[in-house]
Amino acid sequence: MDSAFIIEKSVFIVIIFAITMVMAMYSTWAERKVAAFLQDRVGPNRAGWGGLLQPLADGMKLFAKEEFEPDTKNKFLFFVGPAVAMSTALMTSAVIPWGDRLEIFGRTVILQATDIDVSLLYIFGVVSVGVYGIMIGGWASNNKFSLMGAVRAASQMVSYEVAMGLSIIALVMMTGTLSLKEVSLQQQGMNWNVFYQPVGFLIFLICAFAETNRTPFDLAECESELIGGYHTEYSSMKMGFYLFAEYANMFISSTILAVLYFGGYNYPGMHWMVENVGVNAANIIGIGVLFIKICAFIFFYMWVRWTIPRFRYDQLMNLGWKILIPLSIINIIITGICILAFK
Amino acid sequence: MSPILITFYFLSAITLATAFLTIYSKNPIHSAIYLVLCFFSIAGHYLLFNAQFLAIVHIIVYSGAIMVLFLFTIMLMNLNKEDEVHKPRITRLGAITVFILMSVVLVTIFINSKTIMGDYDVSGEDFQSIKKLGNVLLNEYMVPFEFASILLLVAMIGVVLLSKKEKIGKSNE
Repeated sequence: MDSAFIIEKSVFIVIIFAITMVMAMYSTWAERKVAAFLQDRVGPNRAGWGGLLQPLADGMKLFAKEEFEPDTKNKFLFFVGPAVAMSTALMTSAVIPWGDRLEIFGRTVILQATDIDVSLLYIFGVVSVGVYGIMIGGWASNNKFSLMGAVRAASQMVSYEVAMGLSIIALVMMTGTLSLKEVSLQQQGMNWNVFYQPVGFLIFLICAFAETNRTPFDLAECESELIGGYHTEYSSMKMGFYLFAEYANMFISSTILAVLYFGGYNYPGMHWMVENVGVNAANIIGIGVLFIKICAFIFFYMWVRWTIPRFRYDQLMNLGWKILIPLSIINIIITGICILAFK
Repeated sequence: MSPILITFYFLSAITLATAFLTIYSKNPIHSAIYLVLCFFSIAGHYLLFNAQFLAIVHIIVYSGAIMVLFLFTIMLMNLNKEDEVHKPRITRLGAITVFILMSVVLVTIFINSKTIMGDYDVSGEDFQSIKKLGNVLLNEYMVPFEFASILLLVAMIGVVLLSKKEKIGKSNE
């Protein structure tokens, strides 16, 4: 392993980290603007042009606020909760292919931090570990509302992980690989997986909403029943970490949706661009296309949040266990039959 | 020492320490969290063998699913010190006997086994990719694989039946 390779990867990882943070920051701004747009208001418009400096002001406020700790014996776990939530939210981006390749100073730079054989499973592993951030934080708060919020969030995430995994199995059967790079390469042009797996895509989308604790599945922080859910006792930047982790998760799950079902960085005519204009130009447009898809999904998240009311808890569990799981199993069977019939 | 060996010692230290703390800590939730850390370091050991699939599946199944449900149950039960069951003397005596017998067995195994630690070396052979693993599992070891899945299915149906029975009994009362 030469040092140039290590430097290249380190720079790449820092850039991805920065992009994830900035995207999460401006998602909070976008959320307010979208909410304002849907409710016929103006939204934040004081800090900077169109309120663009609002996330910075919010961050400053969270940093400057007084740090409050509940009277608990588990001070350390109280700290660990938000840290785990944040780190798992940032870890997933390691296996996502942001583009094909760039040629900088004669070196071919692969636009992916690491291409492991089991990228998809890696994402599932990280997502399933993400539950700990909420559970540990909620329990260490030493507050019944926090505990109930944490237990709700965790049971919801565990239940929807099952349907999510099953919906992915149909996709894996079709593509025959677990590597996200391969999945992206197979979707060249307009050969997107969503056209072959519409049901799988819908199930995955619904589960992604549940995994990120977004409305209509945000029962974990249902104010009228649970005050603030698992982060009731958190203040200052520790609460900021939880909120930030939610937005980072939203960004990452939008990215995964775009890569798995909507062609990732591919766009029609990418081959032509590579041959006639150059690799760099073609791939920079590819990265731009991927980010447009991601932003569309983030907008969709917000659109749904301000359109559909919250589910009741039993409705949530019924949807997860009695509708989505059987549906995804049927989807797997149909996919299997189609593979046998057409290949 | 090679970096891999240092990693091995580091991971082993974490594994042993967290495993010890799992049984030593008084608070059941702390125990569960130490056990999760222990599982993570074991996954690290798998990665040292370049067994990526095994490592990730280990994390998904043990840390991601089993331990979450475990933690869940412990949190809902909310065990306190007052709730701790007093253990009779005969149970403690039994536990000590089992512990001594177990350690005799382990020490004998340790003495009689080859305690030479081999080096990690790059064989260049592909023995861990999912393609290889799938071929082996679904061709050579097809029957045991199917048996394992039937076992899991039976266990699942059993659990559903058990939880259903309780409900029927309650409605009859």
